[in-house]
Amino acid sequence: MWRSPDPKAEYDVVIVGAGGHGLATAYYLAKTHGITNMAVIEKGWLGGGNTGRNTTIIRSNYLQDPSMAIYELSRSLYETLSQELNYNLMFSPRGVLMLCQTEHEFRAFKRTAHANRLAGLDCRMVDAAEVKRIVPIINDSADARYPILGAYYQPRGGTGRHDALAWGYARAIDDMGVDVIQQCEVTGMLRKGGAIAGVETSRGTIRAKKVAVVTSGHTTNLMDMAGVRMPMESVCLQALVSEPIKPVIDCVVMANTVHGYMSQSDKGELVIGGGTDAYNNYSQRGSFPAIEHTITALVETFPIISRLRMLRQWGGIVDVTGDRSPIIGLTDVKGLYVNCGWGTGGWKAIPGSGTVFADTIANNRPHPIAEPFGLSRFREGRFIDESVAAAVAH
Amino acid sequence: MLTIHCPVCGVEGDETDFHCGGQAHIARPATTDPHTITDEQQRDYLFMRFNPRGLHFERWRCDRGCGKWFHAARDTNSLDFKAYYGITELPPAELMKQATGQWAEFFNAKTAGKTIKPAPKKAATSKTAKKVAGKTSKAGAKKS
Repeated sequence: MWRSPDPKAEYDVVIVGAGGHGLATAYYLAKTHGITNMAVIEKGWLGGGNTGRNTTIIRSNYLQDPSMAIYELSRSLYETLSQELNYNLMFSPRGVLMLCQTEHEFRAFKRTAHANRLAGLDCRMVDAAEVKRIVPIINDSADARYPILGAYYQPRGGTGRHDALAWGYARAIDDMGVDVIQQCEVTGMLRKGGAIAGVETSRGTIRAKKVAVVTSGHTTNLMDMAGVRMPMESVCLQALVSEPIKPVIDCVVMANTVHGYMSQSDKGELVIGGGTDAYNNYSQRGSFPAIEHTITALVETFPIISRLRMLRQWGGIVDVTGDRSPIIGLTDVKGLYVNCGWGTGGWKAIPGSGTVFADTIANNRPHPIAEPFGLSRFREGRFIDESVAAAVAH
Repeated sequence: MLTIHCPVCGVEGDETDFHCGGQAHIARPATTDPHTITDEQQRDYLFMRFNPRGLHFERWRCDRGCGKWFHAARDTNSLDFKAYYGITELPPAELMKQATGQWAEFFNAKTAGKTIKPAPKKAATSKTAKKVAGKTSKAGAKKS
């Protein structure tokens, strides 16, 4: 579907990281801004990091205005992206239910609901009876440790096929003449005075006028090479799938109080995710207690799954910022751009993130939607605090 | 599953018996003259973190044992614990030598300013060192 070219000596733009965000950035740079003398370089294989490791949930019902803007842009782009790329992303707007299992959570989501409606997002609160109607397998017992009080519902949210997004973008940019270079690890950053001049890689030196780092959990290490410090830590986030069963749940359910979320793939596997491990980790192997915690929560929420066997379990290394919001924009090094810090919630943002980041790189100034997500917010105390709003689950 | 050893009470347990408190050796920029602190310093204190792939230094708490905080050196790639040391101490000298990147810079700066060679048992964080200097005339005399 795409070539495997050798790297050229020089490009206008080099994007480091061929995950969803990097490929999307290249796609919009080529399509919208006409930049095709460009390479996307990747240490492993394209889409092999967190793009292929998430639970594929797409939603935009965040609390803060800047978050709503970027996630809703992204969600709306997902609606037509299969047609645009001529590649089936299996976007399935099956609805996302975020359970309210404490009075606190109920009130917090009500607040988010009001904020989202003011922004024109199609979301609403539903009562416990409607939750049961939408998800018949849910435990609606009043004796549950955390009884269902209702839910916050985004009917236009849903899921997509994660690998397909990476492959669709990769094929599209390859068609436009962009080089996707896999098995090519960045080992150093070339500087020329205060500006970036290219990258040193395992396949030689590649000079570039602009370099964009989009490497998720490994961003701090790459930015270190350029002498830029990042306010992030890398932790492991795990997910797992069960053996395939007949359809039992046709929406996404997120239970934030008990730390678990679940949907069912087209193959019939229940796709399960939870919270991150509690310490820095680059190993892509998560800890058992985190899995146990998630499963405990979901067995209580969905008693029907108690005897299911789990088929696969894996971990991805995510980059978590202090306010649980991403960092998109310019850096102090001229020509060096960064898009990272998506933490546990990057998949849903890929098309929107690529759109605004491409515009930022092409015009050398932050896109209006990207502007609030600049690095300077940590100095200015201008946080986009989604950690209080979304708890663990993104 | 991590197996962790508490250097304070001596128990060994798994990671659910302990709590990771994040990066070690972060000093609050100012307690006495907050107006002299720049926005950058405050940002560094609150949000900037060393995030090495490899040897890392962290605070841990013996949650279900003695309840004390302590320091640990851990490899974030292999997840192996390399050393446990007291909450007021710097890491063993050989680990400070092995540290790379920002940690290497940090330990170099930390040990360069001191006339006394940092022995793991005697060395202290700057916070404790100040306290000791202020309280006991012996330490104060040595320093001046």
